[in-house]
Amino acid sequence: MNSDYVNLTIDGQAVKSQSGLSLLLAAREHGIDIPTLCYHDDLKPEGHCRLCVVEIGEPGRTRLVNSCTYPAEPGLIVQTASEKVLQARRMVLELLLAEAPAAELIQKMAAEHGIYETRFKKADPQARCILCAQCVRTCREVVGVSAISMAFRTPKKIVATPFKEESEACIGCGSCVFICPTNVIPYTEKDGIRTVWGRHFELQPCKVCGNYIAPKAQLEHWAKITGDPVERFFVCRDCR
Amino acid sequence: MPKLETVQQLEEYRRRLLTHPDAQALQILVCGGPGCLPMGSEEVAAAFRQELKERGPAVKVLLKESGCQGWCSKAVKVMIRPQEITYQQVTPQDVPEIVAETLIQGKILDRLCYRDPADQTAKAHKSEIPFYQGQQPLVLGKMDLIDPTSLDDYLAAGGYRALQQVLEQMSPEAVIQAVGRSGLRGRGGGGFPTGRKWRLCREASGEVKYLICNGDEGDPGAFMDRAVMEGNPHAVLEGMIIGGYAIGAHQSFIYVRHEYPLAVKRLSLAIDQARQCGLLGDNILGSGFAFEVKISKGAGAFVCGEETALIRSVEGDIGEPVPRPPYPAQHGLWGKPTVINNVETWANLPEIINRGADWFAAMGTEKSKGTKVFSLVGAVNHTGLVEVPMGTTLRQIVFDLGGGIRDGGEFKAVQTGGPSGGCIPKEYLDLPVDYDSLQSVGSIMGSGGMIVMDQSSCMVDVARYFMSFLHDESCGKCTPCREGTKQILEILTEITQGRGSEEHPALMEELCATMRSASLCGLGQSAVNPVLSTLKYFREEYEAHIQQKRCPALVCRSLLKYTIDPETCTGCLACVRECPAEAIRGEAGEPQELDQELCVKCGQCYEICKFKAVKVES
Repeated sequence: MNSDYVNLTIDGQAVKSQSGLSLLLAAREHGIDIPTLCYHDDLKPEGHCRLCVVEIGEPGRTRLVNSCTYPAEPGLIVQTASEKVLQARRMVLELLLAEAPAAELIQKMAAEHGIYETRFKKADPQARCILCAQCVRTCREVVGVSAISMAFRTPKKIVATPFKEESEACIGCGSCVFICPTNVIPYTEKDGIRTVWGRHFELQPCKVCGNYIAPKAQLEHWAKITGDPVERFFVCRDCR
Repeated sequence: MPKLETVQQLEEYRRRLLTHPDAQALQILVCGGPGCLPMGSEEVAAAFRQELKERGPAVKVLLKESGCQGWCSKAVKVMIRPQEITYQQVTPQDVPEIVAETLIQGKILDRLCYRDPADQTAKAHKSEIPFYQGQQPLVLGKMDLIDPTSLDDYLAAGGYRALQQVLEQMSPEAVIQAVGRSGLRGRGGGGFPTGRKWRLCREASGEVKYLICNGDEGDPGAFMDRAVMEGNPHAVLEGMIIGGYAIGAHQSFIYVRHEYPLAVKRLSLAIDQARQCGLLGDNILGSGFAFEVKISKGAGAFVCGEETALIRSVEGDIGEPVPRPPYPAQHGLWGKPTVINNVETWANLPEIINRGADWFAAMGTEKSKGTKVFSLVGAVNHTGLVEVPMGTTLRQIVFDLGGGIRDGGEFKAVQTGGPSGGCIPKEYLDLPVDYDSLQSVGSIMGSGGMIVMDQSSCMVDVARYFMSFLHDESCGKCTPCREGTKQILEILTEITQGRGSEEHPALMEELCATMRSASLCGLGQSAVNPVLSTLKYFREEYEAHIQQKRCPALVCRSLLKYTIDPETCTGCLACVRECPAEAIRGEAGEPQELDQELCVKCGQCYEICKFKAVKVES
């Protein structure tokens, strides 16, 4: 056997998986789906939401770990839908229903787990943010500008720009808006101006067709990382 | 002080210190620990300085300001050596008499001594006092012996002798084996075997390794690590250098909170002193081993005591924990293998090397060896730092050392392990304290907080208080801890305000189960302890709050009712003047009436009434 592969048991099924691959992906490879909220294929898993927890270990000596970060190990016994796992998952969803009553995704996932109402005190009925940090991680890991970050601790925790002021680092790309699973980040585009995180970005029209391409700040960012003159990006993809 | 280039030079230097006339001199050590400092220890020391100056060279006495001498409720404490006379509650006014009577004439001043509660006899010497008798001070041992700003004092007290032995006679492997054999477990709370942690790190691949001292003590009421950092900083450094040698690390950090400015100052001074004389830096004592220590200041978040959050904070990132594996021993600070141990763990090491692993392992219980420092606070007569062998019972700590419940009260519970520890009822007073026994009754060792409560504590309110602390300190990264602490605090607040429902206890238990099993780090996993332990041991108090809307301990303000007894009231109007709600009315000289509709239940009338005419009930 190739030493890069390990044998483990997932839901009673003997499986072979790449060593070190997360249990979440190992399970998916074998057709076992584990629900996730903060996980994204393009982002480094961080284990925020705890929805993807699975139970590992020998009977009687088990514990819950988040499958998005826990690596496949030889001989590991994994249960992805044990009673303990489902209890934790349902409780997490019930808590999120109270934290973000207006988040449709949470309502849908909760309903899939048989939860239609929360027994806990609800926050603002319009609240939608579940603090999964996908926006923050996208800005840091994919866009590479770290314009937003988590701020404060539990009672006041939010996603914010530094000092909640207009961020100089933000390029207005909108990746955070795109990635957000609960559509909570305000974003508008009107008359050639994009507004996100309280800052207005002038959009660059295509020199050929005149359609808006992207914020000028974003094109300047591209110019900086490619070393090309910014004008090179003033023609849209369709007209290139 | 000279640069010491070999072990022999250090030994020779120490010999000179010990044969110096000062070594035999009469000494006064004024306690400058966290308890005595705010009670005026600097003024007492200044008064001694002045008095001795006025007396001139005829009185040969060395004056020192020591670290914490332990018995904080008796601040300011003064120790006179070599007789080990301990004076308590000393004020600057007592100083001339102490100098004249005790230092010059050798007479004991009974009025400044501890008095045996049984027969009121004065107990002057440390060895006669029950607070110290049950103790086994390893970590605190040098605290009432040395001036923490003096490396000479530490050296004369045998300091850095363990390092000498390690560098001269032991291989890194032998050190790890000795630490393993000693049975030392992490004193920060987790209780992970220290030797095993070091071995994992030593065997992890990579040239660069780091070592961290966790000084982020943040439990309300706990100050063990602070006292050690302030009172014996070189012991921490010595432990760290030994640890660095054992695991192969050359750079280390002490993570200490910004709110501990004196600890930062003393550690910085100790690092400078050690560097100047060749105990830190390249080629320590000619061994070829190089080691450096830097201080990394934290901003005071409780969660940064969690090791992965601490590492993020040292790196300059937000102090949020990261999932394990990988463990810091393999992938820690800046991705390099890192050992993190807390202050007390590091401070234990010199003694383990000096006296031997087997000596250390002979103390304690089967799985918890050595001693533990506790910060004994709350409703006991004698509060302060105590260090006892593992396996000492709660009863010994609370009643023998702590002198029982203050004001003749009744013991109700003791909370061990800081805010996320459980409240242990009197049925378990004879429990031998160690990592595993505390866990078996729903609490934790934590870093050694020990809060004693009497009948005036409402256990629902206690649970609510700790939950509000933990909610505030939860980093908010994972859902169970962020939302769980929020909702439990919400429910506990409802109960203490008389809006609890029959479903609440079961709902909290259900939520706690998920917090314990599914939270990302120890903070969320253990945050349930104060709730689950009070629900288990003090269920009837929850029921009284929920079913009868009554707080038996008369603590929860919303559930209290104040009335004025017309028979006792003299109509002095003191309460009328005090009442912020204008709820008390009546003629002067006549019994007053309290309007329940207007009463805000602040209790000020109750406090002010000299005639005990204001009654409170629930």
